[in-house]
Amino acid sequence: MRLDLDGLKKDPPESIPAIERRQFLKMGLVVTGVFAGGTVLSLISNIQRVFASPEEFKEKYPYTPHYSMVIRQNRCIDCERCLEACRRTNHVPPYGYRTAILERTIPDAIGQKREFIPVLCMQCNNPPCVRACPTRASYKHRGNGIIMIDSKKCVGCKACMVACPYNARYFNEEKRAIDKCNFCFDTRLSKGERLTACAAACPTGARTFGDLSDPSSDVYRMVHQIERPVWVLRAEVGTRPNVFYMKA
Amino acid sequence: MADEIRTSKISAIGGLARSFNSALFSDIYSTLIGFLSGTRSFYIILSLGVLTVFVASISGLDAMRIGYRHAYNITREIPWGIIISTYIFFVVTSTGLCIVSSIGHVFGIKDFMPIVNRAVFLAVVTIFAGFSVIFFDIENPFRMAIYNALSPNLRSNLWWMGTLYGAYMFFMAIEFILLLLKNHRFATYAGLAGLISGVAAHSNLGAIFGMLHSREFWYGPYMPIYFIASAVMSGGAAIIFFTWIGYKVNNEKMDAPMERAIEVVSKLTAFMIAVILFFTAWKVVTGLVGSPPKREVIKAMLVGPYAANFWGFEIIIGMILPFAILLGTGFRNVNMSFLASVLMIIGIFFMRYDLVVEGQIVPVFHELGVNEYRGLLHYLPSLHEIMIITGGMGIVASAFLIGERVFNGHKSEGH
Repeated sequence: MRLDLDGLKKDPPESIPAIERRQFLKMGLVVTGVFAGGTVLSLISNIQRVFASPEEFKEKYPYTPHYSMVIRQNRCIDCERCLEACRRTNHVPPYGYRTAILERTIPDAIGQKREFIPVLCMQCNNPPCVRACPTRASYKHRGNGIIMIDSKKCVGCKACMVACPYNARYFNEEKRAIDKCNFCFDTRLSKGERLTACAAACPTGARTFGDLSDPSSDVYRMVHQIERPVWVLRAEVGTRPNVFYMKA
Repeated sequence: MADEIRTSKISAIGGLARSFNSALFSDIYSTLIGFLSGTRSFYIILSLGVLTVFVASISGLDAMRIGYRHAYNITREIPWGIIISTYIFFVVTSTGLCIVSSIGHVFGIKDFMPIVNRAVFLAVVTIFAGFSVIFFDIENPFRMAIYNALSPNLRSNLWWMGTLYGAYMFFMAIEFILLLLKNHRFATYAGLAGLISGVAAHSNLGAIFGMLHSREFWYGPYMPIYFIASAVMSGGAAIIFFTWIGYKVNNEKMDAPMERAIEVVSKLTAFMIAVILFFTAWKVVTGLVGSPPKREVIKAMLVGPYAANFWGFEIIIGMILPFAILLGTGFRNVNMSFLASVLMIIGIFFMRYDLVVEGQIVPVFHELGVNEYRGLLHYLPSLHEIMIITGGMGIVASAFLIGERVFNGHKSEGH
């Protein structure tokens, strides 16, 4: 088929549907973000490195289910219900924590000057803690990719605490072992619950938990889009986390 | 033919057993005599050493009782403190003693021979002191013994370090026993096995830090290499230090071969100081243009809270002054070499402490710009921690003094 280019009439801008225009602008923003900001670039490209190209996404997930959490950072209001739910569900002692909410203040920002960043174990695909552990007390679950602790094997050398780039671990005196977030595997997921305690407790939907290998899941849809930047914390370390961050 | 071999084997074993027996009896005899002839100051220092070990044991058990979280100043953010750094201090010294003694004993350089026995003995003592100290840092040391064997993680440097150091201690002990029995052929083999396992273990200890890719200050091939180089420096200093005191304790004058040995060890030590100075300079210079967390540490080292440790103890006391003393005296003044070794040992202790602590002072979320982790983290050892590491030094002091008496100034080399 030949196009009659000369015969084409110029469309006035008003005739382009608004939705198309918006999408085009968004794409431009993402592209600009990718090429302009070095940080954004590394974060986005890191996700691509982890999960290959979009078509191959599903095949590339090493676990089924591949548990993941997407944190919509701007939705966190620091109500700390997630922290409470975590403590209650997983019997976390007062001297430790499995998840925390960090606070960032930017005094010269226009408008909102404060934001909250929930953090937890990133359940890395390339976990430094697992490599550091001398006795395989820390291990990555073969079925679902969660970083687990076999308490009876933990010698308490604290090498994993030093190795973790996310400060996700503490020594639990009652268990005589290192303790950390395991996406509530023993307390909820293995008992048929579909959400972690923190995700279930969050009133604003800041924490979305799900199976990244399931294209119908919310986490899949959030990670596999290019309209809004998705990033991971400390991408430069190369741990390939399974906890993603975005603002939506 | 087969019978002949069997008989010769049996007679060899019998000979070994006989020599072991006679050596054992003569040991017990000389122990008795040695102790009886000890001077008062010897016993005072020995009692002090034993007392420190006793107090340290009580502190350690108390820390176990109340929980390390309460007894030590380590935190979630800085889980490794002065106990780990002192463990490193001891095992670096042990590996260094092994390496320097192997120059004489394994590689056959005659000048190094007179120091071999004492060095091998102290290598065993210092590694034991290291293990004793770290015993009180590991939360479940008994589990370690079990699961190190039952559930090894072959990708873990910590596993390799622990296992290889276990083997190292065994080989060095065997080497020492064989040296006492004057079985030099087998002692050389044991020494070689000790040297190989020691160097492998020690570079793995460096790699524990060097392979933590989330800690920019440590990460890279620098650590294993630096650890081995600084082991030789520490070993040299330890040999000069203990040999000099050994001769004072025994109230003897060094003979010519021993003075020559101290001279060559002093030369080697001065050379290693230069190497470590060179290493340190490039560590600092490359760090200055590194990632922001690394720059933060370098800043803390050069002009921040660790500047006094770095410039005062590490650079001036630990390296510049000893180097100047050794060079200035032409390596021939044993007393001045001793002074240099004292300064070095103090400086090296701080090098280990700074290396361990500085790697953790920048919070992992520092660059995220969150309010919780804007500044650097702080750590200062608690009384329990200080008592425990002093106990480690008590172990070395007591075992060294007892060794001087029991093994009669380590002169079985027969020079």
